[in-house]
Amino acid sequence: MMINNADIAIIGGGVIGASIAYNLAKKGMKDIVVLDKNYIASGSTGSCGAGIRQQWGTEMNCLLSKKSMKIFENMNEILKTKKDIELKQGGYLLLAYSKEELNQFKENIKLQHSLDIPSKLLTVKEAKEIVPQLNTKGVKGAAFCPTDGHANPFRVTDAYVEAAKRKGVKFFTYTKAQDIVTKDGKIKKVKTDRGEINTNKVVNAAGGFSKEVSKMAGIDIPTKSERHEILVTEQVNPILQPMVMSFSYNIYCQQTPDGSFIMGYGDPNEPESYNINSSWQFLEEMSKKATNLLPFLKKLRVVRQWAGLYNITPDAQPILDESNKIDGFFMAVGFSGHGFMIAPMTGILMSEMIIGEELSIDIKLDLERFEKGRLILEPSVV
Amino acid sequence: MEDNTIICRCEDITLKKLRELIKEGYTTLDEIKRITRLGMGPCRGNICLELAAREICKLTDKSMEDIKMPTNRPPLSGIKLGELAGDNDDK
Repeated sequence: MMINNADIAIIGGGVIGASIAYNLAKKGMKDIVVLDKNYIASGSTGSCGAGIRQQWGTEMNCLLSKKSMKIFENMNEILKTKKDIELKQGGYLLLAYSKEELNQFKENIKLQHSLDIPSKLLTVKEAKEIVPQLNTKGVKGAAFCPTDGHANPFRVTDAYVEAAKRKGVKFFTYTKAQDIVTKDGKIKKVKTDRGEINTNKVVNAAGGFSKEVSKMAGIDIPTKSERHEILVTEQVNPILQPMVMSFSYNIYCQQTPDGSFIMGYGDPNEPESYNINSSWQFLEEMSKKATNLLPFLKKLRVVRQWAGLYNITPDAQPILDESNKIDGFFMAVGFSGHGFMIAPMTGILMSEMIIGEELSIDIKLDLERFEKGRLILEPSVV
Repeated sequence: MEDNTIICRCEDITLKKLRELIKEGYTTLDEIKRITRLGMGPCRGNICLELAAREICKLTDKSMEDIKMPTNRPPLSGIKLGELAGDNDDK
């Protein structure tokens, strides 16, 4: 190992770990180390759908995503990256297929307006004006937020990593954390396959492997991992501006700035596992769903399919907390499929929590809520 | 010559660009692929990955045996979504 001592070791070099490392360094913390068993963004970050949505149904998620979007909008300048993060704000068009779903959108929009999120309710005709190719059969209405969009997850993570490196953060890739040594309720060291690091603070930012990393410190957390599949098509001229998404029809589909279409859906029967293999069943079901909703997609070729892990909690909301059993064991895990879009604010909040400052958004995403039955009820989760 | 030599035809990545990245510290194919999209196009990396691997060897102390090829993902060649969906009318 090239380093023996650190003030803090962050386990996981995805967008969450990188964002936390950057924000800690920005606040003046020294000797920050980030470990990843593979390369940067090699896990859930690098396989995610890349969407950034502000249309949520709880104040907390609206604020997290809205403030994160503000950072995405200025990220090239804030992080001084020459590799553009490829932010596209083409909006998110959410389709409602029932009266109940439409009513939920109305409720959400009321909340979003109170927080200055520029979403609006659309009639079917108005939705078709935004996406003329849309098959509106069964669609009862839609919600649209023009400032939603997506960004390139590799570039975003790279921008955080490079900015953090300039502030002295050390990244050790291809370095696997194997154990966390504790004594009398305190962290002592992290053992890796490339040596040991003495430290009294650890951040679990291990994405799909959050449960394993918590176990190393002797802490049980109620997260589980689940495969989510996705595919990408060949590149064509820009024809689809917004991300088209539906909770009930269970689909998301967007065209990226390079011209390819990325799409996925969640299989309700997917078992808990670390499996990230691709399946032909996904290819078949996805193609049926997508070509039904957007018939012009029939002519596009699938170039590649892949899969990544959702790390899911019982209420599909993350855990941002310090353990009450082991001092200095912090968790930023269980993002349940929407970690990328709130990574900028997560990095800020976690750095505040670790340094002991007041949180800049008044949120409580503690681990105890699951034991105490204080689950967060977010109606608009995938 | 560096400027005009295209290593990845799908994404128009030049030899110069590739060498710059390797010098910056992106020394595995997975890292290069994800930051530039090299190998993500319709040719599925058939042309560029091998060439990029050799460049990594030239500019670092790695040998070809040290270079890990990115995971091969299906399908093997492009298939139209319409065909996958079982639509025969509109090809």
